[in-house]
Amino acid sequence: MRFKRRHIISMKDFTREEIDYILDRAAKLEPLARGGRSDLLAGKILALLFYEPSTRTRMSFETAMLRLGGSVLNLGSKEATSIVKGETLADMIRVVSTYSDAIVQRHPSEGSALMAAEFSSVPIINGGDGAGHHPTQTLLDLYTIRKESHLDNLDIAIVGDLKYGRTVHSLTYALSLYGANITLVSPPQLNMPDQIKADLKARGARVSETENLEEVLDSIDVLYMTRIQKERFPDPTEYKKVAGAYKITTEHLGNVRDNMIIMHPLPRVNEIDSFVDTSSHARYFEQSFYGVPIRMALLTIVMGVEV
Amino acid sequence: MSAEKELRVRPIRNGTVIDRILAGQAMNVLKILRIKGAYSEVVTMAMNVPSKALGQKDIVKIENRELEEKELDKISLISPGATINIIRDFEVADKYQVELPEMVEGMVKCINPNCISNTKEPVTSKFEVKKDPVQLRCIYCENIIMENIAEHLL
Repeated sequence: MRFKRRHIISMKDFTREEIDYILDRAAKLEPLARGGRSDLLAGKILALLFYEPSTRTRMSFETAMLRLGGSVLNLGSKEATSIVKGETLADMIRVVSTYSDAIVQRHPSEGSALMAAEFSSVPIINGGDGAGHHPTQTLLDLYTIRKESHLDNLDIAIVGDLKYGRTVHSLTYALSLYGANITLVSPPQLNMPDQIKADLKARGARVSETENLEEVLDSIDVLYMTRIQKERFPDPTEYKKVAGAYKITTEHLGNVRDNMIIMHPLPRVNEIDSFVDTSSHARYFEQSFYGVPIRMALLTIVMGVEV
Repeated sequence: MSAEKELRVRPIRNGTVIDRILAGQAMNVLKILRIKGAYSEVVTMAMNVPSKALGQKDIVKIENRELEEKELDKISLISPGATINIIRDFEVADKYQVELPEMVEGMVKCINPNCISNTKEPVTSKFEVKKDPVQLRCIYCENIIMENIAEHLL
């Protein structure tokens, strides 16, 4: 299959066929991601332009590149760069694209990745653009679901901040391509925007909503937890109440399906009790690891290397 | 009635009559055309004129001026049913309805303060246009403008 797009900006750019292609390639590369080194990207340079903090995304891209035999250029701290002199992102991209074979970018403004693609002579991979998109997170989520559960006929509950959470919007969009049965679980003030829900239904997803986490636990294949951010609540007691209602402990796991898995994009605060970590349902650390094969797959694709 | 009619639609020799403007939008049309107090030509504006088709409509007549494409595009965003009559030597030389473009560039400011198009970056705002009702979707941040579009015109 020939990939139509050089840049990886938004999940909305992908067809189901393209997603499957990426997941298949990640599966091929997974053994290498678990420990090994190849020369697939020897001589290639990946630039990491992170204007905002990142642990998993940045480090897993670095790991992916190193496992494939390539090298990594890091922007370093903002203070040590021309950003403090007021250089625009557009100029930075024009310059860095002459130093590298691809750029991974995280920037606080929505639409910054798309703009970067307009100025770049090499592929741009969006590592998060404000409250906009984070496509590589969605792809690793899909990989986790396919590997640890199944993408077809999936019953999934997505829990937490469904109003502002960018990962959730991208994930539900992608799941709609697979006709998933999606239950949205959130407090009313963090409900998914109506427009997104209408969009999902129009694309073939079955979508329902509830405030009550416990009522869905025994009828799902995947429980996808997300962080509820304190700053979304003007009243701290309200936050405590909500955060408490959306916390998973081992007591919740009594009647769940045997093969139900729990996912979380991390970092977690206290949505998942640490005692759950050792249960057979926990998959969030595996999920985090699957970021490496997914990013290896994407790097080989955007750099035009066959695997 | 005839005297009233004459007052409202006194013919002009050369210029443009913008008819069937959505009632209440005439002032915004003037804003789009940058017609302010110091404008030198004769401008006539009628608001809330009874209309069989629309119930009520606004009309703007400008003497000795024909509109540019960008101005027509902006008018289409706030009043998609408006018609343009080009008058030359008292005759209607051309008459057509404004047409909504599929995409507008550099005409509208995104409502999202965190959008890359609202920063110092060298980027022009771009919106996809949807019809019935008019909706503008920012191609950068995907925010949608549905209401008070006139307030966001550049």
